[in-house]
Amino acid sequence: MSASRVRVAVTGLGVVAPNGLGAEAYWAATRKGSSGIGRISRFVPDQYPSQLAGEIEGFEAAEHLPGRLLPQTDRMTQLALVAADWAFEDAAVRPGELPEFEMGVITASSSGGFEFGQRELQALWSQGSRYVSAYQSFAWFYAVNSGQISIRNGMRGPSGVVVSDQAGGLDAVAQARRQIRKGTRLVMSGAVDASICPWGWVAQMASNRLSTNNDPERAYLPFDAAASGHVAGEGGALLVLEELEQARARGAKQIYGEIAGYGSTLDPRPGSGRPSGLRKAVELALADAGATPRDIDVVFADAAAIPELDRIEAAAITEVFGARAVPVTAPKTMTGRLYSGAAPLDLAAAFLAMRDGVIPPSIGVSPAPEHDLDLVVGQERTAAVRSALVIARGHGGFNSAVVVRAAA
Amino acid sequence: MPSHEFTLDDLRRILRDGAGADEAADLDGDIADTDFESLGYESLAMLETGGRIEREFDITLDDDALTDSRTPRELIEAVNALLVPAEIG
Repeated sequence: MSASRVRVAVTGLGVVAPNGLGAEAYWAATRKGSSGIGRISRFVPDQYPSQLAGEIEGFEAAEHLPGRLLPQTDRMTQLALVAADWAFEDAAVRPGELPEFEMGVITASSSGGFEFGQRELQALWSQGSRYVSAYQSFAWFYAVNSGQISIRNGMRGPSGVVVSDQAGGLDAVAQARRQIRKGTRLVMSGAVDASICPWGWVAQMASNRLSTNNDPERAYLPFDAAASGHVAGEGGALLVLEELEQARARGAKQIYGEIAGYGSTLDPRPGSGRPSGLRKAVELALADAGATPRDIDVVFADAAAIPELDRIEAAAITEVFGARAVPVTAPKTMTGRLYSGAAPLDLAAAFLAMRDGVIPPSIGVSPAPEHDLDLVVGQERTAAVRSALVIARGHGGFNSAVVVRAAA
Repeated sequence: MPSHEFTLDDLRRILRDGAGADEAADLDGDIADTDFESLGYESLAMLETGGRIEREFDITLDDDALTDSRTPRELIEAVNALLVPAEIG
């Protein structure tokens, strides 16, 4: 069998989301339309134009992680380490029992460890260089989640990090699939981002894409005539990926489905007059999966909630699938946009949608008729889901799409 | 001017604050002659620990003092060797 025909399955999910810690808590909240968006509590947001976020509540790193890891890790890494533990547990894989060079870690990141970095920069400029933690050398760094997961679990196979904003969450999973096709037994992939601190907030505001509506029910309304930007959140998901036949051979407790297709494009430069590459990314993912548009039972949208970007995404979907021809949803309306963590969380939701035969809702949105989307709003929809498309775009023109499919 | 002698309790406190504590190691036990490595502290943890000792006790540890001190007793001796002459002087 040629490497490109090797089927790659997801066998474990680890979720840390603003509306639920753990895959099942997240999924139960998401099916109910329960939001994790609220007023920022991690710092006093009064002086900032955007005062809402999707924050993870009730996460105490010390309850889950060894004391040695706490002083050297940013919150995003602590969340990622715990999500990885949960993904292994869900997959019933004990990494210590597998050869260390046959397991890799490939995550995405968009900002690195901002909260840690802010604290150390404050120490640098208020007290001096002798007051900066030695751990700042890596705690802020994009690759730190991959590195710490690798060290904690003894995974020394192909590893790395992809940085392409929200699209990175899918690009990392695609890279994980490549490595499995080249012979790596197992890859932990996905992403967790968290930078809800003043420094991280200012950096996010610079995109001009944060909503300044501070009513939690009106702030993040993708595909709505009132769309005015997004709410930022923290969290994401990590997934255990294995070669499908090997997963079956080891008697994996469950096979959520396979990563069947992937496509990515980069937009032309702004002002070029040429169209966005998003539609092409979707078409590439379908072709890679050997799927036709009719095979797709639901689309998890990128859902930028910037009017122009919503138009581009709606057009890409309707041009490929037809007007109102496929259910579209954006459960990220309950979490905010999680940057690199968003698409892995959507992948988890897609697999759980397949398992339970339901499409989770988007909340709060009144779809603008001009978009011609069949948006699942307010309540979950019962539907047999065998294939799903997840779309993710990154600031700077990154477009990525993944097709997931039930493993027949 | 250094305020006092550097003790095992100072070291315990600084290790905990700067680098955390390994659940498998009993920092409060008799650790004076236990390798830092078996207490769960690798080179970066020692770098952070050295930095914290330097700023609290206002001394400069050269790199060898850190890398050559394999146990708490050795590190305490190295630190106090820098402190005591200053106090006498």
